[in-house]
Amino acid sequence: MAAVERKILTARMTQPGYSVRIEDYLAAGGYAALKKAMAMKPEAIRSEVTRSGLRGRGGAGFGTGLKWSLVDRKSGKPIYLICNADEAEPGTFKDRQIIHRDPHALIEGIVCASYANDVRTAYVYCRGEFAQGYKILLAAIEEARAKNFVGKNIFGSAYSLEIYVHRGAGAYICGEETGLIESLEGKRGYPRFKPPYFPAALGLWMCPTIVNNVETLANIPVIIQMGGAEFAHIGTPGNTGTRMVGVSGHVNKPGCYEVELGKITHGELINGLCGGVPGGRKVKAIIPGGSSAKSIRGDERFKGKKRDGTAYDWGWQDVPVDFDSLAMIGTMAGSGGVIVLDETADIPKAIANIAEFYAHESCGQCTPCREGSLWMAKALHRMTHGHGQKGDTDYLKSIADNIPGRTICPFGEACAWPVQSFVEKFRDDFVKLEK
Amino acid sequence: MPDNLTTPTPAAEMVNATINGIKVQAPKGANIIEAGERVGVFVPHYCYHKKLAISGICRMCLVEVGGPMRGPDDKPVLNPDGTPKIAMAPRLSIGCNTPVTEGMVIVTNSPAVKQAQNAVMEFFLINHPLDCPICDQAGECKLQEYSVEFGKDASRFREEKVHKPKQVDLGPRVMLDDERCILCSRCIRFMRDVAKDDCLGFVNRGSHTTLACWPGKKLAGNYSLNTVDLCPVGALTDKDFRFKMRVWFLKETKSICTSCATGCNTVIWSRENVVYRQTPRENDAVNQCWMCDAGRHNYKHINAASRLKKALVSGKEMGYADALKQLGPKLKAALADRASVAFVGSGRATNEELYLFSILAKGGVSDCVPRTWDGDNFLVNADRNPNGAGAKIFGVAAQPMGSKLTVIADGIKAGRIKTLIVHQEDVNRRGIGADLLAKLSLLVVVDFRPTETTKAAHFVLPGVTYAEKRGTFTNANGRVQRVWPAVSLGGEERSDWEIFRDLLRETGQPDRFGDIAALFADMAANVKPFAGLSLEKIGGGGVQISVT
Repeated sequence: MAAVERKILTARMTQPGYSVRIEDYLAAGGYAALKKAMAMKPEAIRSEVTRSGLRGRGGAGFGTGLKWSLVDRKSGKPIYLICNADEAEPGTFKDRQIIHRDPHALIEGIVCASYANDVRTAYVYCRGEFAQGYKILLAAIEEARAKNFVGKNIFGSAYSLEIYVHRGAGAYICGEETGLIESLEGKRGYPRFKPPYFPAALGLWMCPTIVNNVETLANIPVIIQMGGAEFAHIGTPGNTGTRMVGVSGHVNKPGCYEVELGKITHGELINGLCGGVPGGRKVKAIIPGGSSAKSIRGDERFKGKKRDGTAYDWGWQDVPVDFDSLAMIGTMAGSGGVIVLDETADIPKAIANIAEFYAHESCGQCTPCREGSLWMAKALHRMTHGHGQKGDTDYLKSIADNIPGRTICPFGEACAWPVQSFVEKFRDDFVKLEK
Repeated sequence: MPDNLTTPTPAAEMVNATINGIKVQAPKGANIIEAGERVGVFVPHYCYHKKLAISGICRMCLVEVGGPMRGPDDKPVLNPDGTPKIAMAPRLSIGCNTPVTEGMVIVTNSPAVKQAQNAVMEFFLINHPLDCPICDQAGECKLQEYSVEFGKDASRFREEKVHKPKQVDLGPRVMLDDERCILCSRCIRFMRDVAKDDCLGFVNRGSHTTLACWPGKKLAGNYSLNTVDLCPVGALTDKDFRFKMRVWFLKETKSICTSCATGCNTVIWSRENVVYRQTPRENDAVNQCWMCDAGRHNYKHINAASRLKKALVSGKEMGYADALKQLGPKLKAALADRASVAFVGSGRATNEELYLFSILAKGGVSDCVPRTWDGDNFLVNADRNPNGAGAKIFGVAAQPMGSKLTVIADGIKAGRIKTLIVHQEDVNRRGIGADLLAKLSLLVVVDFRPTETTKAAHFVLPGVTYAEKRGTFTNANGRVQRVWPAVSLGGEERSDWEIFRDLLRETGQPDRFGDIAALFADMAANVKPFAGLSLEKIGGGGVQISVT
């Protein structure tokens, strides 16, 4: 069976002639979910979302219903919703599809999620580099306001919601939810330590706060429309719904593809939807979930037992595109950015590039990440510029080993994992650089 | 008697835990670093400071933490021997931000912890200059200390270090070396939360992060130098002290600051009788860990070249004993008519000096010089006399202080007052000018430096500063605190109380004050607020007395 996309979130935007104007969204049935939601009790919406099994599309894959259930609703303080639109993980370009091509899907999601959680003020934290997306969002919100989908007394009800779009200043770390919150409060984007600063209890301005990814929120109207139980039938148990996957690198047809979770393998995605590797060359490495995910080697075999006891023996082609399968083989679905490197790729140069990114983006708070990220980048730069020294491979690996698990936020892991996995899996490529 | 240091705070709920197998009881809410201190287990740390908000960023205090396991029924899971089964957390936790809970098991010496400490130390040092011999912090640097204990013996860093500005002028008193800064943010948190002068922050990102003043601001407040104390490394230095002396040559002497009535507890750092700096000494009842910049730098007079090292008789230097021999009969004769003698004591004198002064001044008119400026609702008291409270207790000062200075001036002008005894004050600047002083038949001044008043004096007896003597001061809140001699000029100057003891003896009083302890005992026996006290009891932390 040829691999096919399952277009739910991308159904409208991929129609010829579809624009960001609210008329087009309404003509495609937009804001009907909001209307339906407003007739429901907020807790009913929350249980539908829980039932749907929706997992966060930002990176960690945390259950959205569970996240909402953790919000402190008895604090007497306002509850805030923040849409994390700080999509900056290298290789990831799915949220921008929604923002740029179907912004009302996001706005409807935000209003539905806000209503479900008794949120009166919502924020979109928009990546600083999304200058165009920022303008599109602002215009779309004004359109929605004119139709009374946003603002005071939505649909004539007692419920009012204000949405503010905040454009970041260009720091990757502000995609980390507590760093985002600090930034939104007007401070440096330094992630907060947890405990006690879990957003669900002590988030924005020390109030209970929900931080959800763009794609996650865009799924909320879908769940409301079809019901949680029906949504849970899309994909596979534990990995429900579709996922927008951005594929880049050595493929014939790079782009953003929406696939049903667990129903398609990486082979079908890359060789099928993406038209394979140029020139029929072999895949050397795949980074399956944004640049911080551990890499997969082209000739690697993964053997083990699934949770249900059935054995698996996979090459990269056989690994299903979903959260749990990738976790099972020691990496992650992450932000849904798949980067393909074929046999012509220079692995040390690729990781040098990634390491340079992380060194540039480390916020500088925690010592291991601040110093380690730049140290790795410098070592890799030196090695890939003809100045490798004996023992460099182990030297590099040991730097990476000293970072994860020792920092406030997951950036420590994000900068160390790719280096660890590349050195482990392509050791010879690095040893070759030693002189 | 109440004592803020030893009075226990209202019984805090205690929790039981173990650290490295040692049982520890800690107040609920205490963190692992504090709990460790209770049983002598040291958890290294840079960003954590007990008086500052937690930031949790240096990652030096990583430890292993576990707690009693609970089963699905929420009941404790037990080992076969009935002890609670402990589940250790998969990741290391930072000791500063982890409160000790009941049954917690903390391990600070496992291979995992040691490896983490070693790794964090290495991260700190890769971009830090390894030039301790030319760093001013050497000898009191936490990077140096922890490197020996937790670090590697050699660097394996093969790259070029990050270079940053070496001499950044943060304010009038503080210099920053950005390359030495380990970005612990203690200074930022101090200025923001304690000094309430939010002027510092980080700029740039990652390993290129640097400390900076906010645009348009300077690290210029009166508490700026506390950041130098807080800085665990050689990044922030005191412009007054930097590169003047290696700290290991310095002798530390407990003292108190005498620049105002707060009496911040201090340490005087001296070498070969020269004072090089003063730093705050912790006392929660007075100044916590802080002091103001003005007080800290107010020590230059101690080693001033102009100090009086000999007695002066009519302006001519003379040995102390000879001067005393000449002065004795004259003073005794003058004191026979108490109504003709006036006394100006000092709110800067110690309790012991004021006590002797009050005996000497009995029956005569006496007062002190008031010094009142703006206070700051933190450590700077509006009363700049360090012992105005003592001057009142002993009746040396009039009520209100300074109200009798005009009476004395008028008395001299009218010829009623013929003798004036002055301690450590330049009365010339306080309404008793040279013309009046010239009318006196006997002017005796005890002081440590020359003034217009000593110039006019018939007899000047050379006293000393607070850094050269023993004694006690009573601060604005009635806390009696001790000073100890840090330096000695080696001339004929002597502790002021010894001079007053000698004057009392010369004027026929029984000589009952052999040494400072005997003097204090005599004072405690005769002056009610000091009843029951001794120098030993006052110790380093001071004792609260009732001054009402």
